[in-house]
Amino acid sequence: MSATGSETTTDRPIEHPRVGLFVTCLADIYRPNVGLAAVALLEKVGCSVEVPQTQTCCGQPSYNNGDLAGAARTARNTIEAFEDFDYVVVPSGSCAGMLHDYPRLFESEPGWQQRARAMAGKTHELISFLTDVRGLDAVDASFARAVTYHDSCHGLRALGIKEQPRRLLASVGGLELRELNDSEICCGFGGTFCVKYPEISGRMVADKADAIAATGAKVVLGGDLGCLLNIAGRLGREGGGVSVYHVAEVLAGMADVPGLGDPPGSGGRSR
Amino acid sequence: MESLSHAFKERSVHALKDETLQVALNRAKDGFAVKRAKAVEGLPEFDALRDRAVAIKNHTLENLDHYLERYADAVERNGGKVHWASSAEDARRIVVEICRAAGAKMITKGKSMVGEEVGVNGALEGAGFEVVETDLGEYIIQLAHEPPSHIIVPAVHKTRGQIADLFHENHQKYGLTRKLSEVPEMVNEARQVLRSKYLEADVGITGANFLIAESGTSVIVTNEGNGDLTCSLPRVHIVTAGIEKVVPTAEDATTLLRLLARSATGQDLTTYTTFSTGPKRADDTDGPEEYHVVLVDSGRSTMLADQFREMLRCIRCGACMNHCPVYGAIGGHAYGWVYPGPMGSVLTPLSVGLKEAGNLPNACTLNGHCAEVCPVRIPLPDLLRTLRHREYQLKLGLKPLRWGLAAWVWFTSHPRIYRLGTRVQARMLATLAGRKGRFTRMPLAGGWFKGGRDLPAPQGETFMAVWTRRRKERGQ
Ligand code: SF4
Repeated sequence: MSATGSETTTDRPIEHPRVGLFVTCLADIYRPNVGLAAVALLEKVGCSVEVPQTQTCCGQPSYNNGDLAGAARTARNTIEAFEDFDYVVVPSGSCAGMLHDYPRLFESEPGWQQRARAMAGKTHELISFLTDVRGLDAVDASFARAVTYHDSCHGLRALGIKEQPRRLLASVGGLELRELNDSEICCGFGGTFCVKYPEISGRMVADKADAIAATGAKVVLGGDLGCLLNIAGRLGREGGGVSVYHVAEVLAGMADVPGLGDPPGSGGRSR
Repeated sequence: MESLSHAFKERSVHALKDETLQVALNRAKDGFAVKRAKAVEGLPEFDALRDRAVAIKNHTLENLDHYLERYADAVERNGGKVHWASSAEDARRIVVEICRAAGAKMITKGKSMVGEEVGVNGALEGAGFEVVETDLGEYIIQLAHEPPSHIIVPAVHKTRGQIADLFHENHQKYGLTRKLSEVPEMVNEARQVLRSKYLEADVGITGANFLIAESGTSVIVTNEGNGDLTCSLPRVHIVTAGIEKVVPTAEDATTLLRLLARSATGQDLTTYTTFSTGPKRADDTDGPEEYHVVLVDSGRSTMLADQFREMLRCIRCGACMNHCPVYGAIGGHAYGWVYPGPMGSVLTPLSVGLKEAGNLPNACTLNGHCAEVCPVRIPLPDLLRTLRHREYQLKLGLKPLRWGLAAWVWFTSHPRIYRLGTRVQARMLATLAGRKGRFTRMPLAGGWFKGGRDLPAPQGETFMAVWTRRRKERGQ
């Protein structure tokens, strides 16, 4: 794995790039607010955002379960939908990492591999795109809570995302970041791993919940919805009143809705 | 060793419920990872060293036959004998024959993972020899009749209390009857027992961390000095080593040594680094009369020829398991064979077959921590994914999972139907969850809930639906 996250295809920044938002299947179904937050943030940094209607899933379920031909089929759909944009932006390190891996799916199809490579070169995870490509270092939002942050593994290790969300969070009015002990340790989600080995996965997420409790923060943020659903699921079961948001929701000032798995009509304190 | 990897699922669940094991695992948790991090921080050229190590290993593997020949020639020149074992069975037979020919009764052993892999102890005991492990951890698990649960700390799964009981039970016959509770006392008592064994032993068997081709030297690292005594006191010294252990020069070995200790225990160097080069020479004051090396292939040359060659770079430091959250939760025995954790999840299916060990490559979240710390940059998650691919091609996985994946692929490559389906699903789930905002159970999704967690409900509308509506409202 290499830090390809900050690669750009152009030397000079484009003033108003056309950005294709790959919203991810989980955000599309579970958390449209993350997509809206992503659009708001991207527009703030001068992008014109489009959402191709033919997008579906990035293909990780197939890829990580050994069905490479299936993953390639899904990947072709994504490439066709996104290859014409200046950038492809994804509010998930895991799915962005998957798009970076697309060329591997076409070892025996040079034409597709070329297209996959070209698209991978302009694909970015949302937060690192805002900071590293668009030079954003502060946002105009406030969220007067103590929060903690979980570093999702794929974003952290495949894309080198660590400091970027912290830099932006530092500019959020009233927000206090309490670092999580073992923030770089996997939460136990792992895609289908969490249902194939639920007991092991359950132990891992319980450990994560303990570490969260130890910070005393009542809000957890992260950049990957898979991990966040897992963490929110465990915290909900424990009933300790800790809310979970995607970091983009807070950065866009859109965490004024209930957290993941919180009862509708509750919570949400940002402006 | 016989594999129990087919029972990984049951064994892992059992391990999670084993309170004593959990105490031991919790005590060990983070210790090595923290020490490694400190050691790496203290060596700015660590990453450059890793690059060199990768280059050394790759070069050697590309020319493995050449370096093995050079090594074997050098050993013979020094007066030693080289034996080629193509299988585990060969290796066992060769070791037993050497011991028989030496007229041995008592055999001491230094810690050797390849010895565990091929099952040297069982073969020797079966042939009537007395075998004593001299590494403290190995000694403990030998008394407990258990396999190692970690490649560098084989008894990491044992608590102090369990060890005290084992010693109390097994040391009575030496007149050591007091039950101990402090670690230094236990170490001393084991030393006392082992000392007499060193002197009695006819054959000493060690593994090798490296084999140096230019000089025919085998290198072992220990922290207890037991390796020295095992290879120099008995009349006969047998080195057992996998063929991938060879490196061209002593200089190459030192590069790897610098990485090994730091990655394994966070030490700059282990306490003892022992070089042995052949039998005692005319003017040597001590050393064995006979020196044998058993070079074990046992599947390694197959690995060399396929997609798993990179795995042969492994220097058995254990960093990958020290940083693996799955290993940390269940310990090493659940994996069911000699090598646990990430490296074991690659090696075991390659050795005992995917049918037997198909769970191992799947029992991983692909979080990548192992690859991040591996001193020789083995892309462990990629190799695990390659094994999953092989498993998929061989149709070994669970049928419902295959069907589910096939359905998902169809769905995701038909965007219109996908749009409709996701809209219905999001709406339905949100409605069903109602005011609670989450599910505490759900038919057909039992796995999720078995993990002791609820499932958050969707907000209700899909993003695509919200977006389409907004664009209409904006008149776009
Ligand atoms: S795979 Fe890498 S980290 Fe794991 S034991 Fe081998 S060398 Fe060490």
